[in-house]
Amino acid sequence: MSPRRLYIFGGIALITAGMLFGDIFAVFVLHQNAGRQGTALIEANAAVAAGNASAANQAFAGLGDLLEDRGTQVDAHVHMLGAGYLALILALVQPYVALSRPAKKNAAWLFLIGGTLLPLGIFLIHYVGLAYSPFAVIGWASVLADASGALLILVLLMNLFGFWKYRGTRELSEPELPRENSMPTRALLTGGTILVLLGFLHGAYYAGAMLYQHEQMETDILGRMIGAASSGRLAAANAEVNNFGNLAGARAVNIAAHSHIIEFGLLAILLSLVQPYVFLSDTWKRTWAKALLGGSVILPVFVLLELRLGLLAGGIADIGGLLVIVSLVGMLIGIVRYSGRLDAEEVAR
Amino acid sequence: MTASRKFLLFGGLTLAALGMFYGLYYALFVEHQSLDQMGGSLAKSFSAAAVRDVSASQSALHQYGETKYDYVRQVDTHSHWVGLAMLMILLGVLFDRVNFREPVRQAIAICILAGSVLFPLSVTLQTYDHGAIAFKALAVVSSGLLIAGLAATALGFARSEFA
Repeated sequence: MSPRRLYIFGGIALITAGMLFGDIFAVFVLHQNAGRQGTALIEANAAVAAGNASAANQAFAGLGDLLEDRGTQVDAHVHMLGAGYLALILALVQPYVALSRPAKKNAAWLFLIGGTLLPLGIFLIHYVGLAYSPFAVIGWASVLADASGALLILVLLMNLFGFWKYRGTRELSEPELPRENSMPTRALLTGGTILVLLGFLHGAYYAGAMLYQHEQMETDILGRMIGAASSGRLAAANAEVNNFGNLAGARAVNIAAHSHIIEFGLLAILLSLVQPYVFLSDTWKRTWAKALLGGSVILPVFVLLELRLGLLAGGIADIGGLLVIVSLVGMLIGIVRYSGRLDAEEVAR
Repeated sequence: MTASRKFLLFGGLTLAALGMFYGLYYALFVEHQSLDQMGGSLAKSFSAAAVRDVSASQSALHQYGETKYDYVRQVDTHSHWVGLAMLMILLGVLFDRVNFREPVRQAIAICILAGSVLFPLSVTLQTYDHGAIAFKALAVVSSGLLIAGLAATALGFARSEFA
């Protein structure tokens, strides 16, 4: 398999795995974890009201544990997707990387190893903890994640060096990806650019209108919660726990909608470029392109609507995510079926 | 290869490496300490309230707010640098399909490059001076550059379809 196909196949596989992990996380972990955080805060309120400082600290130890669990799972999801996107991008720039074919192939394997181990290391951080670690705050899983991140940086630097060499010679090291002017290609390219633009606009709106307000609201709510608990008004303190949960939900859905719509836009643009490698009939290629764009709109829109419609919107958003996963798997099958004609041409050169 | 594509490809690869270096540095030297400090101050705020030490409780809560303010922006800097770098590399590959004259494409590429470098930088600079208007203004201007650059790119793609 050529370095370019390694990047394409590995990239789509990483993205599919990352999205599947995200869907499982959203259905089985996210809401349950948020509920347990609320319970831990209620316990802390009770401890404050009873004047029991050690019980308050104990409640926060539990809360820290929950937050670390949630944080590392989100990070594993994000980094798996990020590595997948980067693999697809590296596939596109391979003609401009003036390195030998074995060096490029080794770099591609190193990248895929790093891209797999980085999210795995991040996922394990919470479960491995500091067991057998010689460091004060960094465990072996963190070491694995950091080493894998360093591997990805090394591969990027290799590609950057290859690109620097290309600037001197101006000779393509392999043929550029063939341009395909089909309906799926055009739809993915235009749709993807519009999705990224919408994501930028939403991000700018969120940063300008809500970010600072939400940050202020968080400390205000916590201040009121502590004040009410320390004066023995437990009902008022626990009502603030609800407010805190609602605020966390509002922030989470806005950030998730912003990041997902941009990532899906990037993914659609990337997939528009690898369509020549998807060895399927036109009908199936159109079907997967429509499913991917449909899911890319459904997921972020219904994530935002979770605040108004609750779990119903959450369920529809998950179905949107599933649509994207199914279309990715469909395209992956097309790439597996790819005849290898382009590779054969490269070898013949 | 046109100059606009070179801007985006070379700039994107450099920015991706920079964003990852920043992430690695952050993960090794800052993140765990920040998380410990954030959790520690919140716990301290509650435990101080439990022994009715209002001033210590408020001071710890203030510390929590400040640490979280920095944490959010430092994570955002890493994710935005890497994300924008990926977008630049991707656009670099595609930029010949943006149906404008090369000088216009170069202007768009410079807008996107400047916005991609400056926007996350302005976000991380806010951690050094909370509430500094200059850094907030830089964030607004640089994100405006990015949005304008991407809107022009989308228009260029759309023009190529109907040309």
